[in-house]
Amino acid sequence: MKPLRLIPLMIALALVAAACGGSTTTTGSTGTTGSMQADLLGAGASFPAPIYQEWIGEYRGVEPGVEINYQSIGSGGGVEQFIGQQTDFGASDAFLKDDEIADAQGARGCDPIHIPTVFGAVAVAYNVEGLDSLTLSGPVLADIMLGSITKWNDSAIAELNPDVTMPDEDIIVAHRSDGSGTTSIFTTYLSSVSDAWKNGPGAGKEVEWPAPNSVGGEKNDGVTAQIQQNPGAVGYIELSYAMENDIPVAKMVNDDGNAIEPTLESTAAAADGITIPDDLRFNILNVGGEGYPIAGATWLLAWKCGYDQAKADALKAWITWDLQNGDDLARELLYSPLPDSLQEKALAKVDLINSEG
Amino acid sequence: MAVADSLSGRRRGRLRADTTFRLILGLAGASVLLILAAMLISTTIQAWPVFRHEGWSFVTSSVWDPGTSRTEITGQYGALSFIVGTLVTSVIALIIAVPLAVAVALYITQAAPKRVAGPLTYTIEMLAAVPSVVFGLWGLLFFVPSVLRPIMDFVAGTLGSFIPFLGGPVVTYNYFAAGVVLAFMVLPIIMAVTREVMANTPEPEISAAYGLGATRWEMMRHVVLPRARPGIIGATMLGLGRALGETIAVAMLIGGSQRISDSIFRGGQSMAGIIAVTFQEAAPENVKALIGVGVLLFVITVIVNMAARLVVWMTGGHLAKEQNL
Repeated sequence: MKPLRLIPLMIALALVAAACGGSTTTTGSTGTTGSMQADLLGAGASFPAPIYQEWIGEYRGVEPGVEINYQSIGSGGGVEQFIGQQTDFGASDAFLKDDEIADAQGARGCDPIHIPTVFGAVAVAYNVEGLDSLTLSGPVLADIMLGSITKWNDSAIAELNPDVTMPDEDIIVAHRSDGSGTTSIFTTYLSSVSDAWKNGPGAGKEVEWPAPNSVGGEKNDGVTAQIQQNPGAVGYIELSYAMENDIPVAKMVNDDGNAIEPTLESTAAAADGITIPDDLRFNILNVGGEGYPIAGATWLLAWKCGYDQAKADALKAWITWDLQNGDDLARELLYSPLPDSLQEKALAKVDLINSEG
Repeated sequence: MAVADSLSGRRRGRLRADTTFRLILGLAGASVLLILAAMLISTTIQAWPVFRHEGWSFVTSSVWDPGTSRTEITGQYGALSFIVGTLVTSVIALIIAVPLAVAVALYITQAAPKRVAGPLTYTIEMLAAVPSVVFGLWGLLFFVPSVLRPIMDFVAGTLGSFIPFLGGPVVTYNYFAAGVVLAFMVLPIIMAVTREVMANTPEPEISAAYGLGATRWEMMRHVVLPRARPGIIGATMLGLGRALGETIAVAMLIGGSQRISDSIFRGGQSMAGIIAVTFQEAAPENVKALIGVGVLLFVITVIVNMAARLVVWMTGGHLAKEQNL
């Protein structure tokens, strides 16, 4: 996911400025200040870049000797540079695939570690005049995206929205034209609810959009422009972007049959209810309860070996600090922090950094 | 004796300086070719696995379904829809920009009072200094939705019902929208060159035309325009070069859809656009394919330029014949 997150960035800058002006004791800093000395270089996903920058900025107050440099170059480049040993840590919206892990093991001689940091949800935004609320289910959304439902007053949509009269208007499908983690989360979800989607376009950062009335936009703002400028449009954007810009979004029916509005709380609820494998490589699927069903995590990547001691200590301390003290900052920037159960698992992974020397 | 010796010595020195100088100039000239060749060769080598995997379907297929492998080619890479996008938007841009540029240049050089011509020239040339991302933003947020959209709806609703390529339903960002904004971007280049050529029309020929009783319009038609024709064609080619390669404004306005649309009021994608918007998150095999699109763009630009030279050469010959009569 690659948002143009200018507004929270500005808020963040203002907050930092305010914090600097006021006092330096914003967070309960642990231990003695400035006991560590290390330079850390990381690169990767742009979706979590604003929160990583914020965590790095705050952490400077805890450990001024630790210089952390994070470059927001996109998940693809982040994984490349991580496997190519050009960075100390990587960041990606997609966990490493098996062949990437094999490459990584070959390159470094030990395993890479996945540490989930925050969640994001993908909202289904629409532009239908006079329509204040819209409920969609996974299969119906997939049919719209496939182009097999072409009108807003299609009976499948009307059934889910019995209280509103749907207009006789063509549906225009808006999608990302750039490769994106948002697209990956969205298409992974569609593949899980629709066999036709799974066997057709499938899941990925960039797919073929089959609907004849489909338009593409670059990044969240491009898709939003497409949605707002084309009457009858429906598309997907990051939840945080939709919230900042007050764009109407659809409620999605989850596996328990509940129509859930996308919010930070319902995203967290989605992450809470799923089973997570030991290596922490997971997609958020088959969400029930109060959880919003289209969501995904983003990961930091680190190694089990090969750091010098100072770097390993600093990296572990920084990520531990992020996971333990970073939740409020994350919520301020509209990310959903990890639920407690997952945070413990993530912290256990942090301990494995450099465990093989 | 002593004088002659010193002279011939100096001459030998001068000769050596001449040779050195010529060598340096030759190297400078060759460096351009070398850089060009190096670029073409290295990019072709990098993109070769995709070319080999796809064969001709790289340019004849419009199925672009990138894979995510680090080592093999697993996706499908057919760039036809991007080729179409690039050519269609460039042609639309030229159809709008060339007549406008010629008309403006005629006005500035032949009809406008001096105090209007100067500022007008500066203003249009200033358009060339506007960064393309600004053109893109302006088009995205204001010009296309507020000005162009009603026009497009009207044309699609009237002419679109019986002329192919103009049909609806209109989506806001499309080939036409990108082409129109592209026209504004290439206008200053075409205008500047055309104006220069027209300003160099020999005064005696103009006076002669008036002497024969020509009106101002007849003078322009029979003296200024024929003389300026090779220059106009050359200017058009410069504009076309810019239009083919223009990346960010087109990517913002073309609609970002990886398909070939049957109407200019529907979305598509250009070659430069697909490279710019998908490069960042592309897996290694996808990067190879994008480099391949870059090679293709280079080749197409060369072909278009050669074709243009041919046109200039042919019309130039035609013109010479006309003038010999």
